Amino acid sequence: MLTIKDLRASIDGKPILKGINLHINAGEVHAIMGPNGSGKSTLSSVLTGNSRFTVDGGEVTFLGRDLLAMPPEDRARLGLFMSFQYPVEIPGVSMVNFMRAAVNEKRKFNGLPALSAAEYLKLMREKSQLVEIDSRLTSRSVNEGFSGGEKKRNEIFQMAMLEPRLSILDETDSGLDIDALRIVASGVNKLKTPETSAIVITHYQRLLDYIVPDVVHVLYNGQIVKTGGKELALELEEKGYDWIKSEFDNK
Amino acid sequence: MDSNIISKVTDSEYKYGFVSDIEHDTIGKGLNEDVIRLISSKKEEPEWLLEFRLKAYRHWLTLKMPTWAHLDIPEIDYQDIIYYSAPKQNVKPENGEIDPELKKTFDKLGIPLDEQKALSGVAFDAVMDSVSVKTTYKDALAERGIIFCSFSEAVRNHPDLVRQYLGSVVPPTDNYFAALNSAVFSDGSFCYIPKGVRCPMELSTYFRINAAKTGQFERTLIVCDDDSYVSYLEGCTAPRRDENQLHAAIVEIVVMNNAEVKYSTVQNWYPGDKEGRGGIYNFVTKRGLCKGVNARLSWSQVETGSAITWKYPGTVLLGDGSSSEFYSVAVTNNHQQADTGSKMIHIGRNTSSRIVSKGISAGQSQNSYRGLVKVSANADGARNYSQCDSLLLGDKCGAHTFPYVECLNNTAVLEHEATTSKIGEDQIFYCNQRGISTEDAVGLIVNGYAKEVLNTLPMEFAVEAQKLLQVSLEGSVG
Repeated sequence: MLTIKDLRASIDGKPILKGINLHINAGEVHAIMGPNGSGKSTLSSVLTGNSRFTVDGGEVTFLGRDLLAMPPEDRARLGLFMSFQYPVEIPGVSMVNFMRAAVNEKRKFNGLPALSAAEYLKLMREKSQLVEIDSRLTSRSVNEGFSGGEKKRNEIFQMAMLEPRLSILDETDSGLDIDALRIVASGVNKLKTPETSAIVITHYQRLLDYIVPDVVHVLYNGQIVKTGGKELALELEEKGYDWIKSEFDNK
Repeated sequence: MDSNIISKVTDSEYKYGFVSDIEHDTIGKGLNEDVIRLISSKKEEPEWLLEFRLKAYRHWLTLKMPTWAHLDIPEIDYQDIIYYSAPKQNVKPENGEIDPELKKTFDKLGIPLDEQKALSGVAFDAVMDSVSVKTTYKDALAERGIIFCSFSEAVRNHPDLVRQYLGSVVPPTDNYFAALNSAVFSDGSFCYIPKGVRCPMELSTYFRINAAKTGQFERTLIVCDDDSYVSYLEGCTAPRRDENQLHAAIVEIVVMNNAEVKYSTVQNWYPGDKEGRGGIYNFVTKRGLCKGVNARLSWSQVETGSAITWKYPGTVLLGDGSSSEFYSVAVTNNHQQADTGSKMIHIGRNTSSRIVSKGISAGQSQNSYRGLVKVSANADGARNYSQCDSLLLGDKCGAHTFPYVECLNNTAVLEHEATTSKIGEDQIFYCNQRGISTEDAVGLIVNGYAKEVLNTLPMEFAVEAQKLLQVSLEGSVG
């Protein structure tokens, strides 16, 4: 599904990612943990093509394609989705129109005809039920006036609508209370298939109680310094990041 | 927004830039009393109208071109302009026929002059250069007593109505361009809705400039008698040319007791090229008079064209309880300049007005809102709400707001809000991440920003206007 080889990236000349290697197979959930400033969000920005970051080296292959050579919209159309840590508001643009544009662009990319209005509205109804989002939210402008929790649920709703092959959940748990967290996680789990994969970026073990990872990576100072099973997350929860830092800094 | 996103500035194609190969009956360049007499005699006008023109011309000679607008207007040589140019028709327009070449031109513009094929529910008056070439549905409308015809025809067939109202809202002495128009205007549309009649269809005038070196000076006069209603739309386009052309029009609207007029404009004159060569100078005076009690006048405009726009559609709220609204989206791109807004003059008691202006600037353009809210001493209970928003694309364009308030009555309630925002890089990236290209993302965001105004347009035109906004900004973000 996704192979990252020696990925290096910087912002304003400052190196952030210093050689990331990662391989994700179809059906796998990978958690990426790590202290603040380790490069977790930079990794998701670089994978999705945010032009604020400069790629300084390395390769990324996604579904057999050279990901870094594609513009961000084509990466999305091919099946890469990111649930934003801070979803932006777009005043005056209704969720209905926004998602219709997104869904139909993806269909066009895949050689499929645009959905009719009736088909589209049916899809929207089904998916909003699936992820338990209030239909009142989907009739409003994109994220405008949404609470933090509503914004995150709206991200998962969009994920349901777009049926991505690989989803990056960038600190989806931040700012969520425990009930909202459960709803968001259950949405993600319902969308999971043997053909889809996910990267879950988080500080805390809490989210991983609900979205159980196959592999856990620890990112520190722009590199993956430790990889393990789901028990690694528990260990981190218990011990904190300091032992990782000291282990790494002493090398 | 970072510079690489906006470095690629506009490749948008102006769709209506073609020239029609039509023979014109054109008079020589230049302006003097003989030219005015010639225009008047070509139109076989009555003596009083010639006098009206000459008086306006003599007044114009005493005026200087206004310089207060936030515009850089190159000097205009008024002797280098042709003031009358009529496309030659090989048929008799009085019998409702239209020359096939002219029909082809308007077909190409999407304006159906064939009643069988027409957009249902819209009657058109088509004006090319100095004359009206065809008015549709005239007979069907006449059955209800509605007069909808070219201005020239109105002068011939309804001279009393024209004489009563011509210049009653915008007097020839109003301003420089109004005086010029009053002297040399050649055609336009006239509309009269009798008492108690709701006009069953949208009325529309489509202005087309075709001839080179020619100015277009048309007038629209709309009179809505007691308890009547009409929705009126004007559209305009012109060929792509390297030299500038002048368009100086007047629109006058009279609204009587309990009557309502909705006046919508989709202005898409040729805006000039990427380097700022060519384009129309659009210097227009539009004003309505809410003469009767509870008269209502609503202006909606989508302005995407013209090299320079100078216009302030406004309403004089004379009748007690009368009200007016002004909704505007003005887009400037490349080197376009716009100084536009509204004037609301409250004279009657309990009058109310609302101004919603949305400016969008891209490229190296300058976009100014200029508005006046005036409350006279007797206008007890006047209310105004003004909202002026500016949206910037890139960092080479300018947005300016010049609101003027003159309030002589302390019972008035006046509110003003203004915002300036930029399309955020993060908004565009969010759309990109959902598979929406940058161009489409700008379109979505701009249309969302302008939605409140677009929603006030008649449905048939709202969709067109949305597309127009998108096309006007094509390439403004790369």
